[in-house]
Amino acid sequence: MKQAAFLALLSHWRHRPLQLVTLILGITLATALWSGVQAINAEARASYARAASILEQNGLPQLLPRDGGSIPTAVFAKLRRAGWSVSPVIEGDYRFGPVRIRLIGVDPLTLPNEGPAFPISGSSEFVDFVHGGGQLVVSPATAVRLKDVAAMPLKVSGDIPDDAAFTDIGVADRLLNRRGALSRIVMAPEQRPDLPALETVAPELTRQSAGDRPDVARLTDSFHLNLTAFGFLAFVVGLFIVYSATGLAFEQRRATFRTLRSLGVSLRSLTAMLIIEITSFAFVSGLMGVVIGYFVASALLPGVAATLRGLYGASVPGALSLRPEWWLAGMAMAVAGTALSSVQSLWQVRRMPILTAAQPRAWARASATALQLQSLAGAILLGLAISMAWAGSGLASGFAVLGGLLLGSALLLPAFLSKSLQLAEGRSRKALTVWFWADTRLQLPGLSLALMALLLALAANIGVGTMVSSFRLTFLGWLDQRLAAELYVTARDEDEAARLRDWLPQHSNAVLPIWSIEGNILGDQLQIFGVADDSTYRDHWPLIGGTAGVWDRVAEGQGALVNEQLWRGKGVQPGQTITLPGEWPVAVVGVYSDYGNPRGQVIVGLDALVRHYPNVPKLRYGIRVDPAAAADLKRQIVQEFGLPGSNVVEQDSLKRQSRAVFEQTFAVTGALNVLTLAVAGFAMFASLLTLSGIRLPQLAPVWAMGLRRRDLALLEIARTLALWLATFVAAIPVGLALAWVLLAIVNVEAFGWKLPMTIFPADWLRLGAVALVAAVLSVLLPVRRLATVNPADLLRVFANER
Amino acid sequence: MTSMLLSLSKITKSYQTAEGPIQILKGIDLQLARTESVALTGESGSGKSTLLHLAGGLDRPDAGTIVVNGRDIGALDDSGRARYRRNEVGLVFQQFNLIPSLDVAANISFHAKLAGRFDPDWEHELMQQLGLSRLLARYPEQLSGGQQQRVAIGRTLAARPSLVLADEPTGNLDEATGDAVLDLMLSLSRSAGSALLLVTHSMRLADKLDRRVVLRGGRIVA
Ligand SMILES: Nc1ncnc2c1ncn2[C@@H]1O[C@H](COP(=O)(O)OP(=O)(O)OP(=O)(O)O)[C@@H](O)[C@H]1O
Ligand SMILES: [Mg+2]
Repeated sequence: MKQAAFLALLSHWRHRPLQLVTLILGITLATALWSGVQAINAEARASYARAASILEQNGLPQLLPRDGGSIPTAVFAKLRRAGWSVSPVIEGDYRFGPVRIRLIGVDPLTLPNEGPAFPISGSSEFVDFVHGGGQLVVSPATAVRLKDVAAMPLKVSGDIPDDAAFTDIGVADRLLNRRGALSRIVMAPEQRPDLPALETVAPELTRQSAGDRPDVARLTDSFHLNLTAFGFLAFVVGLFIVYSATGLAFEQRRATFRTLRSLGVSLRSLTAMLIIEITSFAFVSGLMGVVIGYFVASALLPGVAATLRGLYGASVPGALSLRPEWWLAGMAMAVAGTALSSVQSLWQVRRMPILTAAQPRAWARASATALQLQSLAGAILLGLAISMAWAGSGLASGFAVLGGLLLGSALLLPAFLSKSLQLAEGRSRKALTVWFWADTRLQLPGLSLALMALLLALAANIGVGTMVSSFRLTFLGWLDQRLAAELYVTARDEDEAARLRDWLPQHSNAVLPIWSIEGNILGDQLQIFGVADDSTYRDHWPLIGGTAGVWDRVAEGQGALVNEQLWRGKGVQPGQTITLPGEWPVAVVGVYSDYGNPRGQVIVGLDALVRHYPNVPKLRYGIRVDPAAAADLKRQIVQEFGLPGSNVVEQDSLKRQSRAVFEQTFAVTGALNVLTLAVAGFAMFASLLTLSGIRLPQLAPVWAMGLRRRDLALLEIARTLALWLATFVAAIPVGLALAWVLLAIVNVEAFGWKLPMTIFPADWLRLGAVALVAAVLSVLLPVRRLATVNPADLLRVFANER
Repeated sequence: MTSMLLSLSKITKSYQTAEGPIQILKGIDLQLARTESVALTGESGSGKSTLLHLAGGLDRPDAGTIVVNGRDIGALDDSGRARYRRNEVGLVFQQFNLIPSLDVAANISFHAKLAGRFDPDWEHELMQQLGLSRLLARYPEQLSGGQQQRVAIGRTLAARPSLVLADEPTGNLDEATGDAVLDLMLSLSRSAGSALLLVTHSMRLADKLDRRVVLRGGRIVA
């Protein structure tokens, strides 16, 4: 009996295969995009944690030089003698031919056991590691890149992040040419209680406690939040599809439900069957969704990895590993989402009396009060968003503004469309046009979910597109200012640098040293650059604020420039005095923009930099020459000094690289945008298909009065396009508001810089065209059905069989 | 012959079913003069609706000719038949006659405007006679069955078609309401100058019309 009843319920899907496909695809798409994004996030987080524990040993407290320079071996020796349990580290960037890696030299003898497990075990491995020739411990991917260029034995370990290598401290000292200058000292968490205080043994060091979260994880939070927001948006849009598909399937089976119940199937078992049915669908499509999500993530991950490297210097592998918790979470989302979107239909089944004639579908009919309530909620959300944009601060409030703006406008959309259609109807004279508008309004309740989804997708596209284009324009202009020198040369060591300093002035118009050190400023580890007094800077440097005679004061060593991030992040104002490492107070005289840099930065006069930090590495130089002579000069330098070509870079190629990084940065966003739009298009298709099933009684009278099926089909297309156009028009202001929130609130909070907003109407046209194609595609199948509907089906509408 | 408004000759029609084709109409000959009113009766399933649909240009016969106003509508293509429905016939069915998205006023003038014969005075008179004046701003779902049928009749007659085809227009109504609606329909179609072919099961109603024909075994027998 039960089995027969269940089969009767399921037989519905055999007659409506397209409906089944819609339902399954809806769940699949929603799950795929959501879990794809989650996979990327999980991969990135795992790699941050790995990098932090191994590279920075942030599980251990550390000692750092107060002035940001290095630590002499003597200081380390003093600590050991005083009884401190400490271990030295030398690290730095090193080039093996074209491959640049982070070299970390450790002393395995003294490394505290409490730290992250070090991938060396057993005495033979230990001997290999400390053996004079040296050994590099690297990740499998790095091993592949280093294989032919590093003339050292490699040992592969899965625990090491990409682009980094562990080696013995002696080897690192030799390769990095440090002569015993340590980068930092790690400490065992448990020290003897009777130790002399750090201040007396080594006053030049500061202590940094073990950090729980890696810096880079905090920096990239906003990026991952962005991705999550996109994934969630797509998920919600997908649920719209599921909602309308289950709604229709339940509606069409009312008669079956009633028959089954009058045949003695209890309400409880009917509900149970429906729940089993919908849950199995959710399982099957959830599984497909997670699999597809895996592929989406694999396709996007290289782009994301490039973005994270470009924006934050965070290293994330380009390949995805399988995580069971992520599979489970994806499945859970699929089931929960499906349950959420079918709970209303299930509820209606429970309340449905056995004996009433089949009613026309209630949910397709406009309920004026529901629309009013929805509009009210939308208006309140918009109001909240506006007041929060006005008064709020912080990244969370920025995202709340975004959410309120998007959801509020989506909720207001049906009322807006209804009013517009009413207006159009009132202005029409011809009977057919009046009917066209009125009939369009009748379809609105059934389409509004899909249209809301379309609005969200379009607004997200316009908003993010405007942000990226504004950013691109600003960034390119800024690159031109920032990369003013025609050639950039990096010497391999200080001797070579000295020879370059002698040789270069006779062969160029100007030589601009690019020297920097790192040090603690206002509690953060920041870069301090020195600049020469040169017209290149006076004419080109992208200042966004400053006092009179900025460059004179910098040249005199009296003033410093700070970047926008430091200005906004720490509230450092021009006129204020900040203290640079080594108790050096300077007045801030200006602020410059510094896009793409996650950290604060300070610029001082070159002479002052050298005076305060005599040990500053003097390896990098910008060279001004006649642009036409740049290539020649590069050749000369390479010949004269035997420098590898990669150490002499022309401005052009540097700009090209920067631009490539930039484009890569937003490739992922673009891909997600397109996917969201595709899901919205599919939602539109699902709704139109749903509606086309109940359209016949509405269209049959018009057909009987002398319209061809072909005309009706054309009008149906026009109707879809009219709704699409109205939604598109509504999406433009929403998208622009979104762009403004992104540029003026979220960016400032997340990255520390603000961008001028530029509007690109041509981009909207392109987006409009894409959305138009999606709209036409979505209506094609329903319309084809209508155009070829059997007249007998239309006639049956009028017969008393209904 | 040419004085005839509608002239059906040797009409046959069959439907494909699971058990093979069944022939419903086996050679129908029927003629209607201008302004004549004819009742079409017959058992359920005898093919009355089918015949009406053929005459209305909603469907095509297998064979035979349908001449309306001297023109063979069987020879028309899809567009021609749509034009024919728009300009020359008016159809009233048992249900689903109205356009749900339009109010009563717009429903009534819809066909007349499509046919380009909108006449406000005539429409006003129709609304008065049909007692619809106070319902003009309502939507079909807010009307009773009898009210809906009166709106459908008003809409058909407002367009002044030369031929009105009605398929049990009062079938869903109680006897008293049905009588009243039919009386109105008869008198108004006379004022409109339309001929009327009406399908009904009721002998009593059939007797109100000029003539009665019976469909049996696929042929007109009386
Ligand atoms: N599209 C169709 N496909 C197959 N058979 C059909 C179709 N339409 C009608 N028929 C059959 O043709 C026959 C005549 O139908 P029709 O609707 O014309 O009868 P009717 O005289 O109007 O009956 P009623 O008085 O019940 O309305 C019936 O047996 C019906 O089952
Ligand atoms: Mg019939």
